[in-house]
Amino acid sequence: MAEQSMREAYGRALAEYGSANPQVVALDVDTSTSTLSNFFAQRFPERFFNIGIAEPCMVDVAAGLALGGFIPFINGFASLLALRALEQIRTCVCYARTNVKIVANYAGISDFKDGATHYSITDLANLRALPGMAVIVPADADEAAAWVPVVAEYDGPVYLRISRAGTLPAYHAGTRLEIGKGLTLRPGRDLTLVATGAMVGRCIEAAEELKTLGGGGSIIKKNTLKPLDRDLLIQAAEETGAIVTAEEHNIIGGLGSAVAETLAEAHPVPLERVGIHDHFCPTGRNLDQLMDACGLSVAEVVTSAQRVLERK
Amino acid sequence: MKTMTPEKVAELEEIARQLRVDSLRLIHRRGAGHPGGALSAAEIIAVLYFHVLRINPADPTWDDRDRFILSKGHASAALYSALTRRGFFSFSELDNWGEVDCPHQGHPDRLKTPGVDMTSGILGHGVAIGDGLAMAARLKKLSYHTYVLLGDGECQAGVVWEGVMTAAKYRLSNLTAIVDCNDVQLDGPIHEVMPLEPFGDKWAAYGWHVVEVDGHLVRQVAEALELASEVHDRPTVILAHTTKGKGVSFMENQSYWHGNVPNTEQLNQALAELGEVAHG
Repeated sequence: MAEQSMREAYGRALAEYGSANPQVVALDVDTSTSTLSNFFAQRFPERFFNIGIAEPCMVDVAAGLALGGFIPFINGFASLLALRALEQIRTCVCYARTNVKIVANYAGISDFKDGATHYSITDLANLRALPGMAVIVPADADEAAAWVPVVAEYDGPVYLRISRAGTLPAYHAGTRLEIGKGLTLRPGRDLTLVATGAMVGRCIEAAEELKTLGGGGSIIKKNTLKPLDRDLLIQAAEETGAIVTAEEHNIIGGLGSAVAETLAEAHPVPLERVGIHDHFCPTGRNLDQLMDACGLSVAEVVTSAQRVLERK
Repeated sequence: MKTMTPEKVAELEEIARQLRVDSLRLIHRRGAGHPGGALSAAEIIAVLYFHVLRINPADPTWDDRDRFILSKGHASAALYSALTRRGFFSFSELDNWGEVDCPHQGHPDRLKTPGVDMTSGILGHGVAIGDGLAMAARLKKLSYHTYVLLGDGECQAGVVWEGVMTAAKYRLSNLTAIVDCNDVQLDGPIHEVMPLEPFGDKWAAYGWHVVEVDGHLVRQVAEALELASEVHDRPTVILAHTTKGKGVSFMENQSYWHGNVPNTEQLNQALAELGEVAHG
């Protein structure tokens, strides 16, 4: 794991960006020492609002602040934002098209000590289905920080998914980020690994193993989940003829589903999905072990790659 | 406090009557809508749009305009009537209300109807959104006031009280909530479905300044709104006691008329009771 957690990188970046853009305000729901929105709160107390343990209210208050001309970043746990406050997000953010930035922290199973109540393994499915919502899943701490100005300056609702933890590094500093555009991290020939979030770094490791196993070169792409970079995906399917998706999320409704939907229509090729197979996950002693135990190991990516290559 | 002349009172009463007539005609023609809660809110909406709100129909997005959120969005017919009579758009734009090519939706949509400050329809959002607007005014040092109109049944939703707490914490005196207390909701009387009493005590316990008025007396509604702007340390709620379906004998206090549509015969009787000449 990297030294800096994704949440810390985000929290510091938000505070930094806050001095550049006085339109930015931040809200939290009694989790500012967890989401690390407290870096912003300490620097800009007059632009920070702690709403208490009330995610639906925070979304609505943020919608009002957006109507009043501000760019609210709302901070909380992904599980609560995507489920308890989902109606508020649909009605008052997406349908009303208010310029609210939802920063969903402790996403996936990154809050490994707290268990299934705190994990968020359906949020991408929930948010992806909302018209007008952009969904971004950074791969590491540096990328999370780099998204902050891009998200703030994009006009419209955004869901930014943040891990509690660090991840294997995957983002090259300075790479231009654009909502709706995927990135090719390395070129390859035989299959394409498509990953988001913490699974990008794991896929880089898997690609190394595949090389030594004689599995051929691999391409890795990661996408903002919505809008999905269709052109990049279709090109990858055409060029390599096999796809493995990998995400820290239920295999229902997230990246794997989005890729399958797109390619089934545009360019069907053999596809395998690495993810959590529709079950609640237990607590763990550390995140790496928990991810391995939940079907998100590097070995699982390698096995899936070998399976998909056999199906070509 | 400004005293309201008898002429002004009569004018607002007449506007409220017109809002009722318009609402019923709109709902009848569309074959859908919510007459009961539109009729109960007629005086409140008349006073807001024709006496209180600082708004400019020629510049509906003016930064320092007063904001109004119809949190009980199902009373859209009364709101649309007020907006047209106030000059935000032409009444004829509602000729095809309900058709897919009509911009004006069943419930208010801020992106489609000029003068609508916030989309509504799902109950419970107005106070918390109003909090955000009031906070924004304070941060930007703007003088606008934010008004939110809720239904009393709506106050059964928990998020209302989350918004109420937030307004109290930040002492949002530039926010005023008005509750159309008609004591009837879709399934029946509120005191049977899920009692709210002691309602005023609840708001007061949450730190709001509470005023109770007869919501069909325009002078009382106007005075309460004016008093609210003189309270500087907390938000104000006006509990406006009303009659659901007010002005139409067979609709009054009947939950059936929350969301049902009068047929032509019923419409004509209703219009006659409202002092309007019926059309064949």
